[in-house]
Amino acid sequence: MSSEPDIRTRTRLRERSTRNRMLRLNLLSAAIGLGLWWLAAHAGLAGLPGPEAVARRAFELAASGVLFVDAFASVRRVLIGFVLGTALAVPVGFLMGWYGWARGTIEPYVQFFRTIPPLAMIPLAIVFLGIGEVPKVFVITLAAFLVSVIATFQGVINVDRVLINAARVLGAGDSEVFRKVVIPASMPFILVGMRTGLGAAWSTLVAAELIAAQEGLGHRMQQAQVYYDLETIFAALVVIGLMGLAMDRFILWLDGRLTSWQERR
Amino acid sequence: MSPPKIAFEQVSCSFLLKDEEVRAVGNVSLDIADGEIVTLVGPSGCGKSTLMNMVAGLQEPTGGRVLVDGAPVDGPGPKRGVIFQQYALFPWRTVAENVAFGLEIAGVPAVERSATVARCLDLVGLSAFAGALPKNLSGGMKQRCAIARAYAVNPAVLLMDEPFGALDALTRITLQDQLLDTWKRDRRTILFITHDVDEAVYLAHRVIVMAARPGRIHAEIPVDLPYPRDEAMRLSPEFRDLRNRVWNAVFHQH
Repeated sequence: MSSEPDIRTRTRLRERSTRNRMLRLNLLSAAIGLGLWWLAAHAGLAGLPGPEAVARRAFELAASGVLFVDAFASVRRVLIGFVLGTALAVPVGFLMGWYGWARGTIEPYVQFFRTIPPLAMIPLAIVFLGIGEVPKVFVITLAAFLVSVIATFQGVINVDRVLINAARVLGAGDSEVFRKVVIPASMPFILVGMRTGLGAAWSTLVAAELIAAQEGLGHRMQQAQVYYDLETIFAALVVIGLMGLAMDRFILWLDGRLTSWQERR
Repeated sequence: MSPPKIAFEQVSCSFLLKDEEVRAVGNVSLDIADGEIVTLVGPSGCGKSTLMNMVAGLQEPTGGRVLVDGAPVDGPGPKRGVIFQQYALFPWRTVAENVAFGLEIAGVPAVERSATVARCLDLVGLSAFAGALPKNLSGGMKQRCAIARAYAVNPAVLLMDEPFGALDALTRITLQDQLLDTWKRDRRTILFITHDVDEAVYLAHRVIVMAARPGRIHAEIPVDLPYPRDEAMRLSPEFRDLRNRVWNAVFHQH
């Protein structure tokens, strides 16, 4: 027992050093990427603007406030679409996994709409929903929903039969098996669904902002394209990438908190 | 004579496999007395697990009846504790939370619940690991946790399906002794499936050897060794003779 704090400290130190190593590798990789970009730009490749020119433009856009307005509009759309899509997908996925009738009635629709890229729904969305925020959020919601619903459904049907039996022989009825076994057991799948759903939401965003947007990073890029303003296009791209990365890290962190019970390599 | 704790009355169980009827169990009758330890051995596919699942209520007989305390089994329930070979611990729950599962379902108040959990963990020697997650336990500790979880709801009978099958020989022997030690105190009826002939003899009042296709009782070998059993008994000539009898019944059925 006396060696316990010692091993705890050692384990914590080891974990920290692994994390630091990863972070160093991440930073090194980013630096190499920037270096290559710089080289390519200064070699005059396809009129590519260099990182310093893009950074300058990003600061200008930020200083004038345009960048924040755009970023806020885009993040708002992504978040609303993502949250709505996931909030809808999780219960529907549970229903599909748990009840045969729900699977039978819902699955054909899900599979049908899954083969249609959400972007292909844009013309229809404009006709039915107009050109305000609603159609933009709608396609993002749809994209996030379709990814998450499949993941949740898979999670439920993958729950180990033995765990369900173990709960039943301890007296659990249907609703207890569902609440105390199926939901926690499918959590890892749901979080994977959320990660991919978030990616889908971001990748639908720019196209969704094709719909007569007044602001937003996708809208800014389209404006810049008209004026052959490559710096602005790049600045918007980098901001989208960074925000996507930050949100993904947040879900990863959540995943670590919620499913740390899993055996992982 | 008191009525049997577990009774199989001409039980059969068939299922369809690719449109072919498979008789997992065919016409088995067996009485297990209150406080008795019965071990089931036999080749794979002899219906051992099916027999046990019918007592657990996880499978319905297609013929005959399975009775526990004189009443036909109707679905799974906490009266019959089951220990699975794969441990079947809830990986997101700590050791203590796993043990508490059945008590939560039964609506036992928190104070009483934690007292019972502490007592059951103490029984299997896991008190120091109450807060650990299953992923951090060894196989033997996982199975001890599963045993504590089954004890916690105080079942009338214990059904153990090759519980020590995945453990190393040393751990297996320790857990066998621990099981007998607990049995000595509570005299709970135990139905125990194993592939290990030594284990079958060491634990049981009676070894039931089964044969396959259809699953049926091939031989019934009473073990008239006194309890408590210990290492000296394992190495005794009487033990060896019984072991050889069971061995022959299992491996030379024709």
